[in-house]
Amino acid sequence: MNLLPNEDQVLLRDAVRQWAKGRSPVSRARALRDSGEAWSKKVWRELAELGVLGVQIPEAQGGGGLGFFELCLALEVCGSKLAPEPLVSTLLLGTQALLLGDDPGGWLGKVAAGEAVLAMGVEGAGALVGGQLTGTWTDVLDAQHADRLLLACDDGLLLVDPVHAQLSARERLDSRAVAEVRLEGARVEAKVGGPELLGRVLDRAAIGLSAEMLGAAEQLFRDTVAYLQTREQFGHPIGRFQALQHRAARLFVELTQARPAVVAAAKAVDEDEARVPRLASLAKATISEVAMRVAYEAVQMHGGIGMTDECDVGLYLKRLHTCAVSFGDAAWHRRRWATLGGY
Amino acid sequence: MNDLDAFRLEIRSWLKANAPASLRGTRQDAGLFGGFWGGQKARDPDPDKNRWCALMAERGFNAPTWPREYGGAGLSRAEARVLDEELAREGLPTGVIGFGLAMLGPALLGHGDEEQKRTHLPRIADGTIRWCQGYSEPGAGSDLASLRTRAVRQGDHYVVSGQKIWTSYADKADWIFCLVRTAEPSEAVKKQAGISFLLFPMDDPGITVRPIELISGASPFCEVFLDEVRVPVANRVAAENQGWTVAKALLQHERASIGGAFGAQLRNLEGELVEAARRHLGAPEGPLPDAVVRDEIARASMRAACFGLACDQLDQRLRAGQGPGAESSTLKIVASELQQRRFELAMRVAGAAGLGWVGDGYDDADLKGTREWLRSRGYSIEGGTSEVQLDIIAQRVLGLPR
Repeated sequence: MNLLPNEDQVLLRDAVRQWAKGRSPVSRARALRDSGEAWSKKVWRELAELGVLGVQIPEAQGGGGLGFFELCLALEVCGSKLAPEPLVSTLLLGTQALLLGDDPGGWLGKVAAGEAVLAMGVEGAGALVGGQLTGTWTDVLDAQHADRLLLACDDGLLLVDPVHAQLSARERLDSRAVAEVRLEGARVEAKVGGPELLGRVLDRAAIGLSAEMLGAAEQLFRDTVAYLQTREQFGHPIGRFQALQHRAARLFVELTQARPAVVAAAKAVDEDEARVPRLASLAKATISEVAMRVAYEAVQMHGGIGMTDECDVGLYLKRLHTCAVSFGDAAWHRRRWATLGGY
Repeated sequence: MNDLDAFRLEIRSWLKANAPASLRGTRQDAGLFGGFWGGQKARDPDPDKNRWCALMAERGFNAPTWPREYGGAGLSRAEARVLDEELAREGLPTGVIGFGLAMLGPALLGHGDEEQKRTHLPRIADGTIRWCQGYSEPGAGSDLASLRTRAVRQGDHYVVSGQKIWTSYADKADWIFCLVRTAEPSEAVKKQAGISFLLFPMDDPGITVRPIELISGASPFCEVFLDEVRVPVANRVAAENQGWTVAKALLQHERASIGGAFGAQLRNLEGELVEAARRHLGAPEGPLPDAVVRDEIARASMRAACFGLACDQLDQRLRAGQGPGAESSTLKIVASELQQRRFELAMRVAGAAGLGWVGDGYDDADLKGTREWLRSRGYSIEGGTSEVQLDIIAQRVLGLPR
């Protein structure tokens, strides 16, 4: 498996980077948080124009017809700037389900055009009786902004119009939109796929989220090294002290080990389906631990300023922890790795 | 069919006709120091290994990318890779291994003069001469540049006196490549600027070798005492006082080769540890009953898997012509610590069965494991300690101030 991006993929990543640098710096995520808005519709349209939203959607439906790896490259960049747009819900959950299952409503085309947000209820239970769904799903990311809900139950993944749902918004650590979804005899529009579909979608979500975390962790690490180079105490930049040099170097080593795992997992989705489950667990377990280590060290190395809300480090810490416990934490994925490995 | 495919077919048929049957399938067993070392002093008597080395040497395949005039095969990187893949396919070892091939050779190609290349490279490539590396000294370990073995110029000779330590296989080597001090450091001269790089035979008068016993028992390491050893000036590589440049390049090869060799062994870490855990926990199948051991094995094997992918990625970057940076330091840290983790876990699951030292009453595999566990503690020290590698990463990669 080739673990380096090809020329086109580098171009794509650079284009998203260029856009993010100008249009979506971390200060934007902070401003949205402070204004109480979850995300920006304007930026969502820009992401559509840039081709990020439809990158993996077939060209016939207005997408780019590229692979999951390309999507992960874009997510890595968006993650590095803590973009709060509903990328995980729409692209990693909704779009993956519709690509792998059925899309009777033509929602993929709307996603590519930036006209639809999708959300998925994974944690919860529902009963389907006579085409009507009753149940409760917790922690549904971006539910309050979704144009359609995909809800997991014993019968598989079901598509529901959120007008039939009762939503209770929750205020979450990372300021992203999340809600509890309750249905009582809601009409099901379509069945996207059977119960076997969910596992495949969640593997892709774990991998895509790993890419986001990798982007965020690498950015936070770069910012922290820059701080070590400039902050002076005892008459020297604190980065001259070996105690800090070695800890920074350790983080570098850990990141160099995590990156190829995330890349391999993303590529496996496009090239080697049989390896996806184990590589998904490898990537998610590894980056979850490495990213948290980077985040904790970033706070410590920034000293008092790292504890303040004014400093971006806290935003990264909150986002990374949220990601680390989503779609299976490191310990869960290690257990799965062992199970898949036959022990 | 492209040229590379044609080359592959040619290699395949050559191996079929020439490779000794007894060596097929033995490649996996070769560890870091496993293989045919060649040389005169301690030559492996196995006739097949000697024959294999000679056959490979005839084609230049022991040093595939070296120019033909120096005993190589003049292959491109891509062709050399095909050769290695085909050897691996048959489970065949390379013809010869050693510090001459892995370290001195590349250094000579970069810094040696024509005469030195013509004299030494062919005899490395055909396995005639086995080399050892005279670097560390009792007072110069991590701070290698503070070495004090003196070389005093007398006419067309240097007279070398001092002591080297941790010299792997000094007792079995025919020649040594050795760092010596030719200028004393001062306020104006950095200690690195007074070092020269000399080559001389290990049977020269004035050389005494003493093997070192480690906590694990016997070891490849030796002390080398040098008492007025006379070395022709012609045996100096690069200019006088320019030896540090040669030495540094060579250390990078060392780190990369340690990392690379460990990489191959680590690919089976998971299978090995699960097998050991099943044996010692009495759990022939199903999930391992000790959840902590299971988690630790999963953690270590995930790290090994990441390392394998990182090696693949580095390899691809090198093939794409993107130079190696400080990866050799990262590789060395991760590989050596993973090896240590591997034996720690093996010892932990072995429990009392891992307490044997010699003789009956213990399983041979457990006895070997115990020795390897002790030996592995050195992996993060030799070839540049983990701490020195972290210094290199912090200062040269991250750009933190010195």
